[in-house]
Parts: sequence; C-alpha cells; structure tokens
Amino acid sequence: MSRALVLDAVRFSHDSSDMHFDLSVEAGEWLAVIGPSGAGKSTLLDLVAGFATPDSGSISVAGRPMAGVAPAERPLSIVFQDNNLFPHIDVFRNVALGIAPDLRLTPTQRDQVEAALDTVGLAGFGKRLPTEMSGGERQRVALARVFLRDRPLVLLDEPFAALGPALRREMLATLVELRSNRAQPPAVVMVTHHPEDAVGHADRTAFLDGGEIVATGPTRSILSGTTDPRVARYLGTITTRASE
Amino acid sequence: MTAASDRAWRLGLGLAAAGALAAFLGGVFVIFLVVAGAAPDFRALASDRYLRGVVLFTLEQAVLSALLSVMGAVPLALALHRARFPGKRAVLRLFLLPQALPVLVGALAILTIWGRSGLVSDVLAAIGLARLDIYGLSGILVAHVFFNLPLAARLMIAGLDRVPAESWKLAGQLSLSPLVTFRLVEWPALRSALPAAASLIFMLCATSFTLVLVLGGGPGATTLEVAIYQSLRYDFDPGRAITLSLTQIGLTAIVLWFTTRLGGDVTAGFGLGGRARRYDRQSRGRVALDTLVLAVGISFILAPFVAVVVRGLEADLARLLADPAVHRAAGTSVVIAVASALLSMLVSLAIVLAMEALRATRGKGAPRGRDAMRKVLETTTSLVLVVPPIVVGAGWFLALRQVTDVFAAAPYVVVATNAAMAVPFVVRIVGPALAAANRATGRLADSLGLVGLSRLRFVDWPVLRGPVALGFAFALAISLGDLGAIALFGSQDLVTLPYLLLQRMGSYRTADAAGLALILGILCLSLMALAERGLAPKGNAA
Repeated sequence: MSRALVLDAVRFSHDSSDMHFDLSVEAGEWLAVIGPSGAGKSTLLDLVAGFATPDSGSISVAGRPMAGVAPAERPLSIVFQDNNLFPHIDVFRNVALGIAPDLRLTPTQRDQVEAALDTVGLAGFGKRLPTEMSGGERQRVALARVFLRDRPLVLLDEPFAALGPALRREMLATLVELRSNRAQPPAVVMVTHHPEDAVGHADRTAFLDGGEIVATGPTRSILSGTTDPRVARYLGTITTRASE
Repeated sequence: MTAASDRAWRLGLGLAAAGALAAFLGGVFVIFLVVAGAAPDFRALASDRYLRGVVLFTLEQAVLSALLSVMGAVPLALALHRARFPGKRAVLRLFLLPQALPVLVGALAILTIWGRSGLVSDVLAAIGLARLDIYGLSGILVAHVFFNLPLAARLMIAGLDRVPAESWKLAGQLSLSPLVTFRLVEWPALRSALPAAASLIFMLCATSFTLVLVLGGGPGATTLEVAIYQSLRYDFDPGRAITLSLTQIGLTAIVLWFTTRLGGDVTAGFGLGGRARRYDRQSRGRVALDTLVLAVGISFILAPFVAVVVRGLEADLARLLADPAVHRAAGTSVVIAVASALLSMLVSLAIVLAMEALRATRGKGAPRGRDAMRKVLETTTSLVLVVPPIVVGAGWFLALRQVTDVFAAAPYVVVATNAAMAVPFVVRIVGPALAAANRATGRLADSLGLVGLSRLRFVDWPVLRGPVALGFAFALAISLGDLGAIALFGSQDLVTLPYLLLQRMGSYRTADAAGLALILGILCLSLMALAERGLAPKGNAA
C-alpha cells in the first residue's frame, strides 16, 4: 500500500520557534494530531497544504514530491475550524467550487453537487446562504465539498472545535460514513484539542510538543499516557481542565 | 484615593474638557448672533445666483473628487494587495505621506507637475499639444485625487486585510480563477469599504479650503468654505458667513451621519495594512497588469513629492534660511504648533480617560446616564469635523474685539482653533489603545487598587506613550501645515510658514515659494518620522 503522506526531515523556522517533522501516513489511514497550544499542529498542516514552505526536508503526498507545488495543485483537501465557506454565495455554489473553480457546471456536475449535499443530510439547503445556517451545518457543507473533490488526503484543522460535544460526535460519525462510502477512503490527518475525538476513529495518534513529533502510535496506546511523560502531562492537564 | 473617586476625577476632568471644547466651537454661533448681530438669511442664499452656484460647485467637485479617488483606488488597492515585491512596505508608507504633507505644499507640487508651466505641460508642448490649464475644477480634482486616492486605497487595503486567512487559503486550495477570486473574496471586501471611503472623501473635499483657495478659478470655482473666508476677510459680511456656515454644517452633518452609518471612520486610514498572505493563482497577464497599475499609481503620488524636492533644491535655500522673515515665520509656526499640539493633547487625553472611566463602571456604581455621557463625549470630539475652523476663528475674533486688542489675541485664537482641529484625530489614535489596555488589564489594576498617579504612571502611560507620541506629532503636523485660521488672522505681526508661502506665491516669487515648500514639507514629514520611530516605545517602532 502506498503512502498518502510523508514528511522527511522537514524543518521550519517561524518567529522564534524551530520545528522539525518526520511523519508518514498510510493510504486510507486516519491520523489524529494532538498537543498543547503552540506545539506546531496547525503549522504542520500548513506545510503539507502548501501555505508554508519548509526551510529544508521534503514532503510528498500520494507519492508526489510537493516542493514547488502550489496549494491548488496538491492532491489534498482541507477543512478549517471556521470560514470554510464564502459567505456571499449560496451553499450549492460553495460546494460546487470543489469541482468547478470557475463555477461553470455541467449538468453532471450539478447532479454531483446535489448528491454531495444529500450525503451530508443537507438536501434542499442549496439555495441558503452560509449565514443562514448553524455552525454544524456549515461544517457539513465543507465536508460535502471535501468528499466531492475526492482527493487521497484530507487535512482537518480542528474543524469541529467550535461545536458542542454531541454535535462533534455527530460530525465525526458523518465523516466516518463519508469515508466508508468510498471504495478507496482518503487518508485523514486531523488536528484536535479533544483527544476523545481520536478514540474510535483515528488508527494512530501523533503527539506534538515544542515543534516536533514526540510520540506516534496506535491511538489507544498514545492516549493511555504510558508512551512518553510529556503525553501523560498533557493528558493530565486536559483531564484536570475537563473535571473542573 | 479610591477607585471610585479616581474615576470621578477622570470623569470630571473629561467633561470639563469636552464642555470647554463644545463652548469654544458652538459659542461661535452665539457670538455671531449676539455680538455681530448677524442672523442667518437662507432666503438670500436661495435667491442669490452666486451663492447657489457656490453650493452646487461644492457638491459637484466633492462628488467628482470622491468618485475619481475611489475609482482609481480600487485597481491600485487590488494590485498592491496582490503584488509581492521588495519595497512593498515602503510603497504603503508612501501612501501615508499625502496626509502628513501640508496642503499648501501639496498644491504647489500639483502646480509644478500639472500646472501651465509644469512638467506635463512641457511634455505636451514638446509634442505640439496645448498646455494644461489647471486652475478651476480640473485642478481641484487633480489635487483632491492626489490627497485622497492613497487614503481610499489604504481603506480598501484595510478591507482586504480583514478577509479571514482561511478565505485566501481556500481560494488557493480550490484553484479559483482570478475572476472568481475577485467575485468571491476581493469584491465583497472592497464593497464593504467603498461606501465609507467615498463618503469620507466627499466630506473631506466638501470642506476643502486651501486647495480651492489656491487652485480655484474665481467665482465659478469657489466652495462654501472659501466663500465663508471671502465674506469675512474681504466683504466682512458676518450675516452671509453665518448663513454659509450653517449650510455647510448641515451638509457635512448629513454626510458624517451617512459615513458613520456606513461603518466609516473619518479619521481612519492610519494603518499600513498589507499583512495578509495570499495563495490565489497569479497569472502572467495579471502580474503585468498589476505592475502597470502600480507604476502609474505610484508615479502619480510620488511625482509631486519629487517635484517639491527638485524645485525646492533649485531655490536659493541658503538665502531663504538666512532670511529673518523666514526665521520669524518658522519660529511662529513652531511656537503655535507646539502650543496647539499640547492643548489638543491635554483636551483629548482628558476626554479619552473619562470615556474609559465610564466604560469601566458597570452596575450599581455606574453614574446615571453613563451611556448618554459617553455619547456626549464622543460627539463633542467630532464637532470640529462639521464646524468650519475659519468660522470658529472668525467668531472668536469678533467677540474678542469687544474686550481686548484683537491682534494681540489672534495667536491664541489660532492656537485654540488648531488644537480643536486635531482633537478628533488625537482621540481616535489614543482612545483605541487605552480601551484595548483597559480590557486587558483594567480589572487587574482595579483589584490591585491602582488609582491616581500610580495608575497613570504604571498602567496607562506605558500603553499611551506610543499613541500619544503619534497623536502629538499628528497635531503638530496639522498645525504646522494649517492655512485655515491663519489665512483669516495673518498680518504683518503674525506670519507662519504656510502664510509666508502663500504670500510669496501670491507675489509670484515662485523660487522662494518652492524653497519654503521644501522647508515646510521636510519639517512636517520629519516630525511624523520622529514620532513613528523615535518617540514610540522601544521594540514597537517598526
């Protein structure tokens, strides 16, 4: 099985922080990325998506080296925590942008967009503006676009962080369903502040601290806190915060 | 002193400062009515063809100036926001310069480039075409666009900067075409800034004085502000002055109301902007078009500055610098500017601290009518934007004439008028910094019992130092470049640098005028640079 993502000795300096990443994600694998604020989780995704350029090292996605490849040409999709939709155009066109950047759609493409909205439970919502929808519905629209684009790698930058626990679980279930509908499910790299989101979904979890990946392994093993004292400390603060 | 009594002190001082400012500005109309016995006569305004023409010309030139500035600013802002090139920050700084440049120096520079004997006319004459005639509407429009196009461009760049980073990332990730990126990302951001920018420029041009005085072409190209000046300085007709003033106040109040409703800030546009990183597609054609737009735009803004320097250096600067008249004028300018900047700063600080004291009090301890008081303080700081400075100066001139030697009092009226003119700008520079600091550390300071001087010294001053320096320099620049109040009160005994420059221009001593413009321009721009780099807190100068 080929690898969906490989970061080989990637170094990146920003302001006063130096980051160093070595990571690989198998095709179809789901990797959760956890770690304290400022650890470099979002920077990791920015490097993969092409929004930041490494000082050294190499990144390849689906076997293709990404050096010099523009964000638009990379075989991946990304969902942010917020602002995933353009507020001035309706939901249908926001999804359609995933397959027709000039918004000139063939009848087949129109059907595909309708079908994508149907898959995320938003059939009939096409004419609505993003401002007329709830936070959860907006993220569903973003997921519909991601799966319509059908790229081998999906980056999720805390896309459900602003949602409540029940809605977050629901969104994760939608994500699982969307992947299971594919003959070749895309690999997922999901940055999250909620380790519990990783449980039951992510095959593996990577723990970032101080700009490097400190520990990687099966999700349950990492979240047991026995692999590295820094992971244990981080999980301890999370647990304490949750119990407060 | 307790936190409550500290707030009461701040509130008291702020209300006193606002009361003095309102009395200074609003009292003028009482003076006109009582002392000069001049009542407004709107019927005369309606029946007088000349005055009707003045009102219509004021509106016409302001509408055209706003339209041209905004239309030019859209492609320029887009090109500047998209372009990535070394020196972009310097270009954004260049866009700040026209606001710091004394208007009279700008007018002279425009004449040097676009005038009958200017650079463009020389080129036209060389290829056998007619020379340009800049006096009248065309000159006023060129000058207004020179001063306001960079302002509009900065407001639009600020609008583009407010686009969430994710939108640019999405545009890049989804490979949106330049046209779709414009439609979905750029245009909505510009559209939000457009109405405010247009109405702001309309207001600045409707109240324009110096440019119209210098570049206007007689009765056919006179604005309300110039007509007010003429009725006081040449005709001494306070009745007509007050009628025209009230007409102008009505006009500007309506536009100011629209501007604030549209989300515009009359004193906005001081930021450098241009921070957003973009990932959308860059085609060669678009890069070439952007380069062309930038080259034309930058040349249009830069050329007058170059002209001021070149012509200024051609003048006999050594003689000018040794000229006792120049010494006296420079000394008077500096004394008036420092005094008015200090006064403006005192009044603005008192009002800003009072506004923050009101914001900090909630619930039981809050004074009654807290919101109304805040509104009154805010409105007072904007009063000067609708009351013409010339009218203010003239009113006090008439009042003081009754009780004292008016020529002895003239410098004080000029200082107070210039100080009042700077208040809205200083308040808007200092106010947000104090508000942000109070949101961050106000409750901590309260809980530690920091009041009175210790609060001012350890909590407020470290935060206010930078904005105060910038506000002070801005007030200095406004006063140094002013040709409003001084045009009315200027005499053999009271000559400032802009007034001397106007005199030399009027007597066709163009080489002297060019030299003086250079001296005045350098003085003003040095002050702005000094404030931005030298006086700002360490580590914050960039």
